[in-house]
Amino acid sequence: MARLVVMGGGVSGHTAATFAKKWLGNDHEVVVVTPNSLWNWIPSNIWVGVGEMTKEDVTFPLAPVYAKAGIDYRQAKAVSIHPNGGTNSDKPYITIQYTGQGKEGQTEEVAYDYLVNATGPKLNFDATPGLGDGNGQLGSNTVSVCTADHAVHANEELQKIFDKAKTQKQKILVGTGHGMCTCQGAAFEYIFNIEHEARKAGVRDNLDIQWISNESFLGDFGIGGLHMKRGGYAASSRLFAESLYSERGIPWIIGAHVNKVEAGKAHYELLDGSMNEIEFDFAMLIPPFAGVGLKAYDKDGSDMTDQIFAPNGFMKVDANYAAGAYENWKASDWPRTYQNPIYKNMFACGIAFAPPHLISKPMSSPNGTPINPTPPRTGMPSGIIGKTVAHSICDLIKEGPNAHLHEASMAEMGAACVASAGKGLLDGTAAALTVYPVVPDFEKYPGLGRDLDYTFGEIGLAGHWIKHILHHMFIYKAKLNPGWTLIPE
Amino acid sequence: MKEIEKYVKPYDANFTTMIPTGFVKYMRTCVIWQIIRFIMINIKMLIVVRKSHG
Ligand SMILES: Cc1cc2nc3c(=O)[nH]c(=O)nc-3n(C[C@H](O)[C@H](O)[C@H](O)COP(=O)(O)OP(=O)(O)OC[C@H]3O[C@@H](n4cnc5c(N)ncnc54)[C@H](O)[C@@H]3O)c2cc1C
Repeated sequence: MARLVVMGGGVSGHTAATFAKKWLGNDHEVVVVTPNSLWNWIPSNIWVGVGEMTKEDVTFPLAPVYAKAGIDYRQAKAVSIHPNGGTNSDKPYITIQYTGQGKEGQTEEVAYDYLVNATGPKLNFDATPGLGDGNGQLGSNTVSVCTADHAVHANEELQKIFDKAKTQKQKILVGTGHGMCTCQGAAFEYIFNIEHEARKAGVRDNLDIQWISNESFLGDFGIGGLHMKRGGYAASSRLFAESLYSERGIPWIIGAHVNKVEAGKAHYELLDGSMNEIEFDFAMLIPPFAGVGLKAYDKDGSDMTDQIFAPNGFMKVDANYAAGAYENWKASDWPRTYQNPIYKNMFACGIAFAPPHLISKPMSSPNGTPINPTPPRTGMPSGIIGKTVAHSICDLIKEGPNAHLHEASMAEMGAACVASAGKGLLDGTAAALTVYPVVPDFEKYPGLGRDLDYTFGEIGLAGHWIKHILHHMFIYKAKLNPGWTLIPE
Repeated sequence: MKEIEKYVKPYDANFTTMIPTGFVKYMRTCVIWQIIRFIMINIKMLIVVRKSHG
């Protein structure tokens, strides 16, 4: 009997673990180590952050789902990996520290035959002074929608602003809180949902709503933008993004590295090197992401973290990390199997794998400050990669070490994204987008890097309906309700 | 076109963008049209999803 240990029960790890268990059956063991007791459909946190959904609407308890699936669930965080075993045995293992199940604080060793790292991002608030509290958590100057609890708090603060806006002007700032952030899409959704709710609440005229981001052009989204066929043109996402911001009365600051946040004030450096500041009454700034800080140790206890993890804490996989300058980048730099190059029984999926480089062109200010979006790994690629990794591991277990590994390169995979611009059955809107491939391939598609027949986008009520249906579909799927495997990632 | 009068100022950044006309905005939430778009977008997305699942 082989044992697969999945670290992280989010979008990618949950997909990997549930498919692996389905394919392996009771002949083999699947263990999930994750510190959260609730599964969170993160995209809908946006609606929690404006009071249109509750925490209960976007989360559900993991324990009964894993019990039903026959998955061994440890509510704990993984702390370290020992790929060569320890002093008493060569068997690889991880150490975990419990966060629940009545064993809070207890540590344990969990041996594995195969290991999946799907630990997602560390929300690195402390990378920007004043954005964090100095202990790795969100500080008191801004709000966040990255977790369901953050979003509940964001909505409480937002409602206070809406109340004040009944009688006085209020300033709202939304965007990215560092020059190296990803996840611009989430901030995009939040700013337009705030604007939509402000109109409904009759306070829009008293709100100055301002966008700030590290993108070099609006609509970059960390994927170097995209082009869509419209009215006989291949039009840049920049045109559509600028159009929407203009229409909704939201001015934008771009190419910005927020380098310090105080109560009511953000300081930022622009790509031209200038230093600026902006005041706010309410701000939601996405933090930069890093790996969750797992360590790796050799048999003798020596630290080998740098062999397995990139400096940003994400796990090294079969990517080309030596591509060098932007001019040398190729689609083939992107990983295909997500297998660790040294330890063939170790894989990483979702946000946890180390990308070879950015997708957007690297930029820095004359002061040498890098200001560029880092690569997003949204829900669909995270799910597909999780399932692909599960498939490979199941084949390795069943067919032996020579089994063919399954592949899912982000340079050969598309993504469908629906970005909400306001919730409402009849007055909601969302931008429905597909992009193919996620990572542009300028050799295969010279000029624009993408296949225009499969890259499109439009905004409207239909997009909102799709977003709402996806919310229910993905929670249904994650609960492993009947027919869950038929719902694509 | 109220948005244009309200938000766009000559030579501000938003002066050089496309602003949707009233008709385009109406169609975005016109239920009949959006039902058609719903079907079309779903088909397009499913094609990309199929293409991406190898
Ligand atoms: C506000 C917001 C809105 C978004 N909206 C969209 C959207 O509309 N569409 C879209 O496609 N994507 C969206 N995304 C992105 C999407 O949420 C991510 O792509 C996806 O969650 C990545 O999956 P993951 O499994 O890699 O990480 P996660 O889903 O974050 O899962 C990581 C898991 O690992 C666990 N973990 C952390 N540390 C450890 C440890 N030491 N040991 C074990 N487990 C650990 C965490 O608790 C978590 O359960 C959004 C993201 C945000 C923040």
